[in-house]
Amino acid sequence: MNELAANFFNVEVLRVSLSALTSGLGQTLLLALLVIPLGGATGLILAAACVVSGGITRYLLFAWIDFFRAFPPLVLLIYLFYGAPMLGYEMGAYSAIAWTFTLNTSSYFAEIFRAGIESVPKGQWEAARASGMSWIKSFLVIVLPQGVRTVLPDIVSNVVTVTQLTSLASVVGVHELLHAAQASQGTTYNVSPLIAAALMYLVILWPFVRLVSRLEARLRNQSSARARHRQQRPRRQVQETTA
Amino acid sequence: MDRLVQQFFNSAIWWRHWEELARGLGLTIGLAIAVVLTGLALGIALALIRAASGRPIQWAIIVFADVFRAIPPLMILVVIYFALPFVGVRLSGLVSAWIGLSLVLSAFVEEIIYGGLQSVDDGQWDAARSTGFGFGATLLIFIFPQALRMTAAPLTNRTIAIVKNTALGSVIAVPEILNVAMSALSVSANSTPLTMAAILYLVLFAPLVICSRWLEHRFPQRR
Amino acid sequence: MQSLLELRDITKTFGTQATLCRISLTIEPREVVFLVGPSGSGKSTLLRCCNLLERPTSGAVIFNGEDITHKRHLDMTRQSIGMVFQSFNLYPHMTALWNVMIGLRLVQRLSTKAARERAMHHLGRVGLTDRASYYPSELSGGQQQRVAIARALALQPKLVLFDEPTSALDPELVGSVLDVMRDMRREGMTMLIVSHEMQFAMEAADRVLFLDAGRIVEQGAPAQIFSSPREERTKAFLSRLNRR
Repeated sequence: MNELAANFFNVEVLRVSLSALTSGLGQTLLLALLVIPLGGATGLILAAACVVSGGITRYLLFAWIDFFRAFPPLVLLIYLFYGAPMLGYEMGAYSAIAWTFTLNTSSYFAEIFRAGIESVPKGQWEAARASGMSWIKSFLVIVLPQGVRTVLPDIVSNVVTVTQLTSLASVVGVHELLHAAQASQGTTYNVSPLIAAALMYLVILWPFVRLVSRLEARLRNQSSARARHRQQRPRRQVQETTA
Repeated sequence: MDRLVQQFFNSAIWWRHWEELARGLGLTIGLAIAVVLTGLALGIALALIRAASGRPIQWAIIVFADVFRAIPPLMILVVIYFALPFVGVRLSGLVSAWIGLSLVLSAFVEEIIYGGLQSVDDGQWDAARSTGFGFGATLLIFIFPQALRMTAAPLTNRTIAIVKNTALGSVIAVPEILNVAMSALSVSANSTPLTMAAILYLVLFAPLVICSRWLEHRFPQRR
Repeated sequence: MQSLLELRDITKTFGTQATLCRISLTIEPREVVFLVGPSGSGKSTLLRCCNLLERPTSGAVIFNGEDITHKRHLDMTRQSIGMVFQSFNLYPHMTALWNVMIGLRLVQRLSTKAARERAMHHLGRVGLTDRASYYPSELSGGQQQRVAIARALALQPKLVLFDEPTSALDPELVGSVLDVMRDMRREGMTMLIVSHEMQFAMEAADRVLFLDAGRIVEQGAPAQIFSSPREERTKAFLSRLNRR
């Protein structure tokens, strides 16, 4: 037991590494705040493009999205970071990360948003357009809010995944949390920083993971309530007053 | 342009390293299959146990699923490989990757399958129980298969996503594709091995992604 | 006087299937026209061609003297043509009031205050002021459809299209919706109605059109169509209905 404490929860080591770990955590959160909006917004635009396109354009969009879903982000990052300068392009660590994540996570977000948008009944589009609303207004005010509600668990789940993905940045030298933990481990010959880092990730992301489970449970309850409602309809008598 | 080809598509380098990369590919595929098998088995088992258990066990499984979904897979691999030796458990990179990724996959699979079990219409339980089937039998014979069909698409998607994490094994010295490519890269001072790795990954994962898109088309999620 | 809506030689094909074959009809202001016919006859498709939710394969749609068949930006025109759907299509994430207001705010650019006033007025016309802050899921089918009518009327259209407005309602709720439609007729609204409510057609329609297999078989005053139909197919359809 003592061995466990000395190796995994060494107070002395932790005190020494604390500042490095917290600045690493800050970097992680900063990266997440950078890439999530980028990936999300790009993904939304891609999804909207998929929805309005037909024929060959749609297939091309799907091909693009599937390509970046299949291509491991770590490889993409290394490619961009080391490869781009060889072609004469400036590519700092942050640029490489921004590009990698935009390309990779926008594809996942695009699929999620697309599923949500397409799950909204066509009648909603028709009602909005028939009343004279432009496509974009119908999309933003009527269809998208309903679509997002349906896929909210997937969106939050993807946000968690993307935050975890920031640990890849350590490969290109960004001192995010994992990098800081590994560095501290190297200098102190003790793995307590690793354990501390794992716990930090846990503390930050656990609420979101819980949220995903709660949202999914709520959607399940809503849809089974709808199914029960539909089954009972013929028997129900609704009291109604006429004007 | 010429420089680009020289750096990234150099055929001489290609021939020099293709064998190691092929071995890396084999290892990656082996690791992926192993992870999928153990991850799915464990996840399904946990979901079924959770459905059949009282509060304490349910809470324990929920905590497990939350922890292994929240902590980044890379972090989990690093902890298993670097930290466990300090308490006497020394595992190779490959075994660490297998155990770590299996645990992560099982956590997601448990949540997906359990959600599926909950989504099966109550009427199914009523029908089976009223014809004399016990709880366990009903769960296994009637409810679980339906849950599996309903969750085929998200299950496949999540499995593919986790399997892509085998590339993370390169960080803990697993001689999978990326690792081999990176050492070939430094040996030859040329980025062609990286291109080879990218192509191999695409060849490996593109069919899986297309397959999952087909699955979503075939079994659309009805929310 | 120029007719409000004219459909000229409308043909609509889906793939190789011709749902509508060279249909022509005109609708005068203040007219109430009923479209009846067996399922699959193309009634809904014809109705949806009027506000170009379906684009005809050939032919022309002329609204208020303007050929809108190939018009690029229909949003302005669609404000003048209201539509009421069989499945209501209320926006579930908004209250009844906002369902009615949203078009006024976004399409006709009214201020929130003006939009709210007009929306409440129209909700009052359909008898639902006390349900203004309810969500569609909290309303009965008949109430939802009346909100949908208020939503269409609030934009002050010149013509309202009804696509089987009562077909999805429990029988005891149909009356409330028909009452609203009677009021609209009394106030002189031009209406084109696809419906199976034959009693209502008898009392409210100025003209009844019988559609079958994509063609207008017969049209005339309701009394004439229902009691002494000229065509064989019309007779067959009506007798099938009466037997029910």
